[in-house]
Amino acid sequence: MLKTFVRTTTPILAAAKKNFPRAVSSVVTPSDTSLLNTSKYGGKYTVTLIPGDGIGQETAAAVKTIFKAANVPIEWEQLDVTGYTQEGDLLFKQSVDSLRRNKVALKGILYTPISKLGHQSFNVTLRKDLDIYASLVIVKNIKGYPTRHNNVDFAIIRENTEGEYSGLEHQSFPGVVESLKIVTKAKTERIARFAFDFALKNGRKKVTCVHKANIMKLGDGLFLNTCREVAEDYKSSGIEFNDMIVDNCSMQLVSKPQQFDVMVMPNLYGNIVSNVGAALVGGAGIIPGANIGREFALFEPGCRHVGKDIQGHNTANPTALLLSGVMMLRHLSLNDFANRINNAVYQTIQRGSAKTPDMGGTSTTTDFTLAVISNL
Amino acid sequence: MLRSRSIAFVKSLSIPKRSFASASPITEPYSGKKNANGNYTVTLIPGDGIGPEISESVQRIYQAAGVPIEWEPVNVTPILKKGKTTIPEEALQSVRKNTIALKGPLATPVGKGHVSLNLTLRRAFNLFANVRPCKSVVGYKTPYDDVNTVLIRENTEGEYSGIEHTVINGVVQSIKLITKEASERCAHYAFNHSRDIGRNRVTAIHKANIMKLSDGLFLEACYNVAKHFPDIHFDDVLLDRACLHIVQDPARYSDTVMVMPNLYGDILSDMCAGLIGGLGLTPSGNIGRDASIFEAVHGTAPDIAGKGK
Repeated sequence: MLKTFVRTTTPILAAAKKNFPRAVSSVVTPSDTSLLNTSKYGGKYTVTLIPGDGIGQETAAAVKTIFKAANVPIEWEQLDVTGYTQEGDLLFKQSVDSLRRNKVALKGILYTPISKLGHQSFNVTLRKDLDIYASLVIVKNIKGYPTRHNNVDFAIIRENTEGEYSGLEHQSFPGVVESLKIVTKAKTERIARFAFDFALKNGRKKVTCVHKANIMKLGDGLFLNTCREVAEDYKSSGIEFNDMIVDNCSMQLVSKPQQFDVMVMPNLYGNIVSNVGAALVGGAGIIPGANIGREFALFEPGCRHVGKDIQGHNTANPTALLLSGVMMLRHLSLNDFANRINNAVYQTIQRGSAKTPDMGGTSTTTDFTLAVISNL
Repeated sequence: MLRSRSIAFVKSLSIPKRSFASASPITEPYSGKKNANGNYTVTLIPGDGIGPEISESVQRIYQAAGVPIEWEPVNVTPILKKGKTTIPEEALQSVRKNTIALKGPLATPVGKGHVSLNLTLRRAFNLFANVRPCKSVVGYKTPYDDVNTVLIRENTEGEYSGIEHTVINGVVQSIKLITKEASERCAHYAFNHSRDIGRNRVTAIHKANIMKLSDGLFLEACYNVAKHFPDIHFDDVLLDRACLHIVQDPARYSDTVMVMPNLYGDILSDMCAGLIGGLGLTPSGNIGRDASIFEAVHGTAPDIAGKGK
């Protein structure tokens, strides 16, 4: 099991490290997932692929093309679930089963209706049902893509299964609604340990707990105090711990984002912070993400936007899903493939020959895909 | 005759002038009268820490500019009343009389069961909406130079309801409370404010795809109120999208007034302040039924208090 975490010292990786120190996708995720459980037949891994709504089909096609060009030994089990129709329900159940079998999935984002009568978010249900508790998003400047802030490099670790997303709401009287935010010690301890393990394994120095314990004294208070307790256990390893109130944190993020290293927080704040973070380094199109549970691992873009507005224009930036895919390859110990694709993506961005509209260019998703393949 | 008597009776009840009835504005324009010297009387709460210094500076600048305002400084050092810490009656009276106040930062001692003075003021005067404009300051360089946002935050309920309990050891429930009344009241103010400042667009920020009932109710209230303002364009954006867009390109929100529940407003308003260089530069207005209190949003900064910095 430990094999997953050990960084290989092949020359390729060494070169990659030199070029891209602490590249987005070379992160090692602390997880209990055993590789023995993943389905590998005939030397190939079977991986569930859920392209998702909006730009999902386009970006998933890009990933499939590039992975094929790189001869990645992965067999996709594709499920075209959609959050737009009622029929999505059965297909959604099938995809949960598929993920149960394969243990690993690459996923786009599914649409969630705002209507009260609409179904619960598939994205949230998937994470909750399979207890995929930790969301990991890496926010880092990419060479060759200058933005308003420089030297940004931090990891956001977000509790994925409780908090404000508990889904427990009721109308106690017409016009009066209560929504429950649940914070438990067990789940908080689990996410805090994940954060510290992550810091330890990736050579990061500081963990910041983001909370609103001055107002939600019990709920966020429990979160903060549990993080403090866990921090005690990691004291000897020299990892610094501090905490920050969420409103101050969002202000610091847009003024001095360089101060952050690893951040750990409850569900809703994670949603806010990951989007603020994405905006600092160039938008939702380039931020990869991983969701790690005890048994299952789900890789999806870190910003979780459907991208309905640019759907079907062939202008979506597939970088987020691609790099999420690279994180997945590392999870499957396919490090050589991961490095090849990783370098190709970064080189493509650095050369700037195939910039999609979100990066200020005019290239299409197809152009970008072909450019990555030519850089493989 | 009976009718005229009943009207007189109703008048004698001194019904609050500001009602929540659908189309009428909740907050009336400031209706204070000039005093004998031709000045408006405004309550001044200097506050703690750097408060007295900055209040003094405000007074001098206003005097130099010839603003027709007469300050009525009051002391809000908390006192014990029936076992509860509260603000001196004198200060409350002054704000109630003038219906308008300028306030410096107040320190909230961290300790168990202490209700912050800010919260006390908020409750005492039903300050239900918080207005937070943020505009790039020319000459103060930040990575963003095109910020011009106006944000209105519901100030009385939501995540800050303070209703929390431990179900069993290690399991806590915090209740986010959303009511139709408070949401509509806040939305109302947002639409009126939008019209006042000539923006003609209101954007609700919410997370109703996840919190379908609570944020759903807030959103519904906004849509209901929007019907009464046909001249103002109304749209809604998910919280995560709004965060992404504001930080990427704040100009996108320079023609709208954002309105949102308590916690989101807290986070986004400070974030916008961060875009233009910090809390020291942002003003804020607390709009209420009985009075309005204007303040700077920063803290008491005890570390630089009394040093003339």
